[in-house]
Amino acid sequence: MSLVRFLNVAKEYQRGGVALTHASFQLHKGEFAFLTGPSGSGKSTILKLIYMEERPTAGDVWVSGVSTRDASKKEVSMIRRHLGIVFQDFRLLEDRTAEANIAFALEVTGTPADMIRPRVARVLTQVGLASKGTAYPRELSGGEQQRIAIARALVNDPYVLIADEPTGNLDERATRGVFQLLRDINTAGTAVIMATHNLELIRRTDYRTIELNHGRVVFDSAETPPAERPVPTVAPVDHDGNPI
Amino acid sequence: MMALREAFASFRRAPLLSALGVITIAFSLFAFGLFGLVAVNIRDALQSIENRVEIRAFIADGTPVEASSAAMGDIQAFPEVLSVTYVSQDDALIRARKELGEFSDVFEPGVLPASLDIKLKPGNRDPATVMAVANRVKSYDFVDDVRYGEDWVAKLYRLRTIATLVGTGLGLAFAAVAVIIIGATIRIMVMARAKEIAIMRLVGATNGFIRMPFVLEGFIQGVMGGLLALGLTWATSTAISHSFMRTAFFDPTLATLGVVGGALIGLFGSTFAVGRQLRRL
Repeated sequence: MSLVRFLNVAKEYQRGGVALTHASFQLHKGEFAFLTGPSGSGKSTILKLIYMEERPTAGDVWVSGVSTRDASKKEVSMIRRHLGIVFQDFRLLEDRTAEANIAFALEVTGTPADMIRPRVARVLTQVGLASKGTAYPRELSGGEQQRIAIARALVNDPYVLIADEPTGNLDERATRGVFQLLRDINTAGTAVIMATHNLELIRRTDYRTIELNHGRVVFDSAETPPAERPVPTVAPVDHDGNPI
Repeated sequence: MMALREAFASFRRAPLLSALGVITIAFSLFAFGLFGLVAVNIRDALQSIENRVEIRAFIADGTPVEASSAAMGDIQAFPEVLSVTYVSQDDALIRARKELGEFSDVFEPGVLPASLDIKLKPGNRDPATVMAVANRVKSYDFVDDVRYGEDWVAKLYRLRTIATLVGTGLGLAFAAVAVIIIGATIRIMVMARAKEIAIMRLVGATNGFIRMPFVLEGFIQGVMGGLLALGLTWATSTAISHSFMRTAFFDPTLATLGVVGGALIGLFGSTFAVGRQLRRL
């Protein structure tokens, strides 16, 4: 079943010109896909089209079977509750604790109060930060902040986790830890689409890779025979980036 | 529930900005309140003058008492008429001596004519009604003349119309200023929380949900500003009453309406501002 489907999608900005053209691909349930390519190649535009921050200029994007072209504001809100979104700059609220940042995603979507605490505790454990719930973002390292952001994205049990350069602000060790966390989340059944510049991460695994250049999909490993795909060259690591 | 909690939490998170909002609202409503106070006092003054509007029908000499008594019964039955009083020649002289200095040494009876003094019911004291009743009274044969102060009744009503128009105009202007100020305050608050709003949107909060705390905040600011303005207006009114002249203050209904008005202005200003600002974010 395809969770995300792009069909001949183009996106043109009034002032910024063409960001994406003739983009077609599908993301299936439980899949992990990298979006890669140079700056300005259209990676973030694809992610914005998935979480409906932008609407296509031509073609159509379906998310969970709903066409985003004509989705109402209410429908957009409802679809977003099934997407987890993570950014390079974490986007945590500085005046709230890690727990409160995660609970925020449940509170604003009307989750009953008695269900919030156990769900927050579960995702904090899942990201390996059960002991840091009461810490404020400024008291956490970059890697820990990103893991709290991932926990917030996970707390609504999304079908797809959308990660826009999630390791872009992290050192190598934190990058390995956050990437391993994303892999674990994918193993547990959540589809992941991750935009990255980090070729080392891409080489490390045999996950699907969609490469963009000047707004066009120039390579999609899903359309390449498995024998020709890259094989993992780096051993898996734990959440702290240590080799297992 | 969360919306209400968030509305109060924002007072705690940005106390200075919230206080600024309440104070600016209070001052614009205070200006509105001061003008309202002037309007209430003008209205009371005009009301007391209007209560004195009456028609005086002078009775011809030698009119039989039966004729004027029968006419009094007729006139009393007019729907516009509140009361009819017969003032004899002697009573007219006594009244003139009391009210007009030049009659103080006149003691000769029959100098002034007898009259029927007709008071009109409230709501029937406008120039057109007064003139219509006066013309009907004038049609009695024994009535020599009818006086009702045509000029000043017309002037009084013109003054009232002008006061009402100016009052409404200035009131609307002050209300508009209050709406703009509340709108600007809420816009600043929306901008200050742009990051939070962006996250709310990304995790799937609806626009209605995002809007609600700001709208409630505007409402609460309006109520607080309204109460503060009411207090300031009362203090000013009391100070004027003690130092210069006795002034009337708003009755409880008007005072409540003022606070409710403040709340509505807060609600309207914040709804408008947050809607516009959210479209920009």
